[in-house]
Amino acid sequence: MTPLFANGPALQLRIIIAVVLSLVLMFVDHRLKGFDSIRVYLNSLVSPILYAANLPQSMLDWSAESLSSRHSLLEENARLRETNLLLQESVLRMQFLQRENTRLRALLESPVRQDIRKMVAEVMSVTSNPNSHQVLLNRGSLNGVYEGQAVLDENGIVGQVVDVAPTTSRVLLITDITHAIPVRVARNSVRSIAAGTGSMARLELNYVPHSADIREGDLLVSSGLGQKYPEGYPVAEVSRVISNESLPFAQIQTQPIAQLDRIRYLLLLWPPNAPTKPTKATLKEIKRDAKELIQ
Amino acid sequence: MIGSRSLIALSLLLTLILAMAPLPSYVEAFRPDWVLLVLFYWAIALPHRINVGSAFVVGVLYDILLGNVLGLHALLLSLVVYIAAVNHLTIRNLSIWQQALIVAMVSAFYHLVDYWIQHFLTTVYFLPELLWPAVTNAFIWPWAFLLLRKYRRKLRIR
Repeated sequence: MTPLFANGPALQLRIIIAVVLSLVLMFVDHRLKGFDSIRVYLNSLVSPILYAANLPQSMLDWSAESLSSRHSLLEENARLRETNLLLQESVLRMQFLQRENTRLRALLESPVRQDIRKMVAEVMSVTSNPNSHQVLLNRGSLNGVYEGQAVLDENGIVGQVVDVAPTTSRVLLITDITHAIPVRVARNSVRSIAAGTGSMARLELNYVPHSADIREGDLLVSSGLGQKYPEGYPVAEVSRVISNESLPFAQIQTQPIAQLDRIRYLLLLWPPNAPTKPTKATLKEIKRDAKELIQ
Repeated sequence: MIGSRSLIALSLLLTLILAMAPLPSYVEAFRPDWVLLVLFYWAIALPHRINVGSAFVVGVLYDILLGNVLGLHALLLSLVVYIAAVNHLTIRNLSIWQQALIVAMVSAFYHLVDYWIQHFLTTVYFLPELLWPAVTNAFIWPWAFLLLRKYRRKLRIR
């Protein structure tokens, strides 16, 4: 039986309460940052929904993996072996260069560079509405992920962690309109700031004088000056320089090196001064390590 | 027998899951606002059950899921449900295509207010692409409406 007269307060009153309450929420969250401390709990509250939303995709992935033929697996294996061999060679070379670099730095009495720890994470979902470029990773505070952490793919910098839950974390991409990253031109160390534009394929360098030596095709690497991103990782390549003298600054458009529209596996970095340490990803790994310790 | 309340809550939970499901990037811009559609349906079908309060709660959950500033979607969905609930008798009597037109207008309003608040908080620019979901919503509405009506009648949700 549908009640003839609705009980509770009138609709007008309800909407006024809802509007006032949401405005207060927005003010407290945006201006006073009042929810930062409980954001983790809120995120863990909704993370089952995110895992459920990701279920069809992970099932598809799983079935594609288990149904792929022996032939294609062998082919892939051979290809990976080849890449592995090539990479091993460059690792050997890099170790040699690293030792040399450490020695030279010690001679110059500059601080020796320390190792950066890494962990692989998988992208669970992507929100690419033009006003917010974010992806969700399947690693969270239980794995040692912290807010402000740098995230990379195999080509270059992808973004930074803005929100952490126990088992998931949210990454703001470098192309997001609210994001900017300090960079340096690899060729001549000219410093600048690459700001996101809301388009996945473009970053812009702001406030660059017309006289700055930046050309098309220049590689931009992270400068490490913002203290968020480690130094020296590729960020973008200059695609267009518009030097219109009637404007106060040169307009420089760049293209991100990381393929932001097709990311799947990402690397989380822990520089030496990180507030947390990476912890083992799964229970299985922890158990395996424990077993190794016992033996 | 499961109560009407929990069945409605279940439909809203499934909607939130659907809204968060990953989509290929080329259809992402056209992603229908599932949450808006389902709340709109419940608000015109059972305005004494789904009202501004429930829209507010769903909106806050949606905000946490999207990582937005808290309260943004709570405000938007409350406004949409308010519009639907005030006019539910009129909207119920319209044909399904006229309803789709109303849904398109309401979702355009939803996205414009969304843009307006985001612009107030950060420095986003207006892109006409933002209004594509309003068109998709109008096309999805008849199917969503029929499906939800079936769900409501089969399970006798009142």
